[in-house]
Amino acid sequence: MPELLSVRNLRIEATAYPPGEAPRDVTLVEGVSFDLEKGRVLGLIGESGAGKSTIGLAALAYGRGGVRITGGEVLLNGADILKLGRNGVREIRGSKVCYVAQSAAAAFNPALRLGEQVIEATLQHGIMSRAEAEERAIYLFRVLGLPDPETFGRRFPHQVSGGQLQRAMTAMALCPNPELIVFDEPTTALDVTTQIDVLAAIKHAIEQTKTAALYITHDLAVVAQVSDDIMVLRQGRTVEYGSVRQIIEAPRAEYTRALVNVRKRNREQAAEQSGSLLKVENVSARYPNGLNVLHDISLHVPEGQTLAIVGESGSGKSTLARVITGLLPPSEGHITFAGQPLTPALRNRSKDELRRIQLIHQMADTAMNPRQTVREIIGRPLTFYFGLRGAAKDARIRELLDQIEMGGGFMDRYPAELSGGQKQRVAIARALAAKPELILCDEPTSALDPLVAQGILDLLVRLQEETAVSYVFITHDIDIVRAIADSVAVMHQGRVVRSGPRSKVLSPPFDDYTDLLLKSVPEMEVGWLERVLETRRMESVGH
Amino acid sequence: MNLRQAPLSAWIGMAGVALALICAVFAPWIAPYGEGEIVGDIWLPMGGDYWLGTDNLGRDLLSRMIYGARTTILVSLTATVLSFAIGMFLSFMAVVRGGGVDQALSRLNDLMMAVPTLIFALVVLAVLPQETWILILVMAVLDSTRVFRIGRAVALDVAVMDFVEAARLRGEGKLWIVFREILPNTLSTLLAEFGLRFAFAILFLSTLSFLGLGIQPPTADWGGMVKDNKEGIIFGVSASLIPGAAIALLAICINLVVDWLMKRTSSIKGGRDDA
Amino acid sequence: MIHAPKVSFRPGRKLTQRFPLLWTIVQRLLLSIVLLFAVSIVIFGGVEALPGDFATTYLGQSATPQAIANIRAELGIDRPITTRYFQWLGGVLTGDFGMSWANRNSVTEQIAQRLGNSLFLAFFAAIISVPLAVGLGMVAVLFRNRLPDRIINVASLAAISLPEFFVGYLLIMWFSVQTGIAVFPATVYEGMSFLDRLSAIALPTATLVLVVLAHMMRMTRAAIINVMSSPYIETAELKGLGGLRIIAKHAAPNALAPVINVVALNLAYLIVGVVVVEVVFVYPGMGQYMVDAVSVRDMPVVQACGFIFAAIYIFLNMTADILAIIANPRLRHPR
Repeated sequence: MPELLSVRNLRIEATAYPPGEAPRDVTLVEGVSFDLEKGRVLGLIGESGAGKSTIGLAALAYGRGGVRITGGEVLLNGADILKLGRNGVREIRGSKVCYVAQSAAAAFNPALRLGEQVIEATLQHGIMSRAEAEERAIYLFRVLGLPDPETFGRRFPHQVSGGQLQRAMTAMALCPNPELIVFDEPTTALDVTTQIDVLAAIKHAIEQTKTAALYITHDLAVVAQVSDDIMVLRQGRTVEYGSVRQIIEAPRAEYTRALVNVRKRNREQAAEQSGSLLKVENVSARYPNGLNVLHDISLHVPEGQTLAIVGESGSGKSTLARVITGLLPPSEGHITFAGQPLTPALRNRSKDELRRIQLIHQMADTAMNPRQTVREIIGRPLTFYFGLRGAAKDARIRELLDQIEMGGGFMDRYPAELSGGQKQRVAIARALAAKPELILCDEPTSALDPLVAQGILDLLVRLQEETAVSYVFITHDIDIVRAIADSVAVMHQGRVVRSGPRSKVLSPPFDDYTDLLLKSVPEMEVGWLERVLETRRMESVGH
Repeated sequence: MNLRQAPLSAWIGMAGVALALICAVFAPWIAPYGEGEIVGDIWLPMGGDYWLGTDNLGRDLLSRMIYGARTTILVSLTATVLSFAIGMFLSFMAVVRGGGVDQALSRLNDLMMAVPTLIFALVVLAVLPQETWILILVMAVLDSTRVFRIGRAVALDVAVMDFVEAARLRGEGKLWIVFREILPNTLSTLLAEFGLRFAFAILFLSTLSFLGLGIQPPTADWGGMVKDNKEGIIFGVSASLIPGAAIALLAICINLVVDWLMKRTSSIKGGRDDA
Repeated sequence: MIHAPKVSFRPGRKLTQRFPLLWTIVQRLLLSIVLLFAVSIVIFGGVEALPGDFATTYLGQSATPQAIANIRAELGIDRPITTRYFQWLGGVLTGDFGMSWANRNSVTEQIAQRLGNSLFLAFFAAIISVPLAVGLGMVAVLFRNRLPDRIINVASLAAISLPEFFVGYLLIMWFSVQTGIAVFPATVYEGMSFLDRLSAIALPTATLVLVVLAHMMRMTRAAIINVMSSPYIETAELKGLGGLRIIAKHAAPNALAPVINVVALNLAYLIVGVVVVEVVFVYPGMGQYMVDAVSVRDMPVVQACGFIFAAIYIFLNMTADILAIIANPRLRHPR
């Protein structure tokens, strides 16, 4: 009996249009082969540009935006779907092979009811009658833990939450009873506490329906929970392919080892000290529209140390950074910096106050003017704050570039000519140029691939050792907290729910929210999800 | 800007615009006869001494076309430059100052745009004296509403970028933020818009002149020449079609260049994200 | 990041939150009324504030101070501007636009007939150009980046650069002077049969259609392409749906609002086109009336025509916005 899905020597190309150059063909995927049996899950993992989504879509014989499958075979039950005509492919899509997109919010049609969209493919392919399909949809809504499964389908996409949409998308893929589902980063856009529920729902549904799946993600810890096998990809080629247990516990390739170990950093916590560089006392803030976003926040940052602020989207952690920078003056409370009260509003601050607190943005792409060279970007604060010009300025820029491990060769490059990690390094150099005492880091690594992010964290730690600068590090990632923080504040719905030295905050007894947050972060081990769910079940029985 | 990669259509456009500009600049040297010089009978056919024939008063049509290029382009270009100056200044001010200033300027702009441009121009020109500088001013003010709208949208797009916030956090002044951070990132879009507005200004001026409210005779301008010779149409005289075609061709040429510029900017912005 | 506020159905919520669709429409209606009012101030007050004087122009060389004062008193322009504005506004609200300075006739009477003629012309231009433009726009999308699309693109790029009067005279030259198929000038008069009327407006209608078509088609194409490139169309494709079903079921409901907007915007553009086309074809409509009034500075007529044109324009834009509001599922089905 043939495998359900068998990919042989896949080669995928696209035409690139670099600005100001002639278009050229680039190879996205080359020489990728794998097999998938009925009822099993294969995880495709890799950094951005690894070609994992492209391979996933090839299982539906689909190339996104000018992407072409130019070689190899994609055998579904022994027949090559790449050789099918338009109609043959159409018959397979949505009936035998289904797709779950990363952003369900964009992938659902805003003008149609969810139920109608969920059963559409099933009806169009003549797999079930309308009544049967509707019944199955309700069953799937229930299996996936959606609220009011009977009436859920009558809602429009904008009427339900992001986590629910992602589950509805899974229901849509499961409805026609397909043989294979391609999950394309289905939980990446979700918060950790939501992610775990969706992940559990997907895993449960796959087990219930015994369908096979390709699970695409950049997060090894996530894929370890749902897959049987894992293929590690890099730049369109296979790095390693094996069972989950082998990949996680005994990775062979060096790249895989780096991926597995990337989260296991643990910085030694600095000694507690009483001297505070920044003190936030009873600060509340509201948006111009009157919405209260921060309630009674009190924190302090010791000199030369790192305070991590952890929270999910909407917790107010970035708003707190805006309050400290003066972009959003607090409505109540006050902030002291180096023993002096800090001027609340940005426009009233002195040049020196501005210089002493610097900010590193989340997206290095947008944080640098695309029309300025690295020299101009780093040089501006030198001229602005210290009046440096000419050779003295160039020498200092070179020094800063050395500090961020890039070197003077990058002086005359534009941001577009730098990689994501290099851009973030330049942003760090720009902050350092001001010789600040405090740097606010607003999720500076969340948009980067894990290994690149690791490099940035290492750099930040080294710079702190060299310059004794303090950090306020905003993040949603507990692993980063372990890697960089001396003290921690957990934020939830605009309040600090827990704060103190890292060792205390991250050890029990926990408050409910911190407990939930900590338990929701996937760990790099097989069977973690089952264990968490089991604990939950026990707890709910215990109550 | 990489000219070598310009497609054929853009080259045609640039050639056409260049030809018109040469006519405009060197009109007295190129034109075989004077602007108002009566050289023969009225509505003489094409060919012979007068390549394009003569007009309704017996003036050489080719010479008037060349002088007309000068007036039409000069007035349209001045109006467009002026409208950009007004529109850009106000839109950037609205974005940088924000709040009440932005609200007031935007609402005023909405009000101006609530009346079709031509109708607005007709109402205003009915009152004002017929002078060229007033005409230019009216065209510029009315068109600046469009410039304001696009300038505000583009500047707003850039102003919310993190690098502008970074500049504010550094303590940079408003002038630095406008001229060093925002403006360089809006130039390519605005250049394309300038072309579009220029083409529109030529059409608009010609329409006004055709209606008898634009450039006043005896000065030659293409729209006015259509009006002067329109009676000839029923006798099969094509004298009014020639300036009409010139307007159309110049506008087409400008649009070809603009089309290329717009495609260029959009291909830079729409960089493909790798999956 | 996906982030949705909590769903709640508290009965105590404000009416505006419970019926967002209705409220948005009411807001839009109110805005239009405010806009219309503001436009009336601009057209009357703004114009009066500008320099230039009818009496001086009217009398020309023979203007003695006494004669000017006489004319001003006769036309009532010696009274303060606020008094005259409110008098004018009161008249407008009751359908009375005052008396023409040039021939001392009632403006309303003169306009009524001409407005009908203009709308007649614009109406036929619209019912021909709208389906044609939307259809061609869809053809262009269907053959995107292939030959038909390229031809349509180049042709429409050229067409949007053509001045109305050039198109008009070109058509006259071909169809009226050289072949004699159509009539010129496009005269219509009372008691004319409907068919005669139609044949009289054939050329002006064709001109308007050609002028509006290209714009409308290009914008329709852009609007549809925008919808077709959204992720939910990819979802539909990955469900294995047929091309027709994707367009009819998934693209059309979302393309409706932008296409309506395009259509309304271009109908509003017709208003401007009508002015020039009427002058070209010597067609007795509002546009020509206004242009004539402008050249003799007959202000009551100019103001009346300007106000009516602006009102139609505002009304069309409002209709488009309201239709787009109704087509928005977020407002139709609130949380």
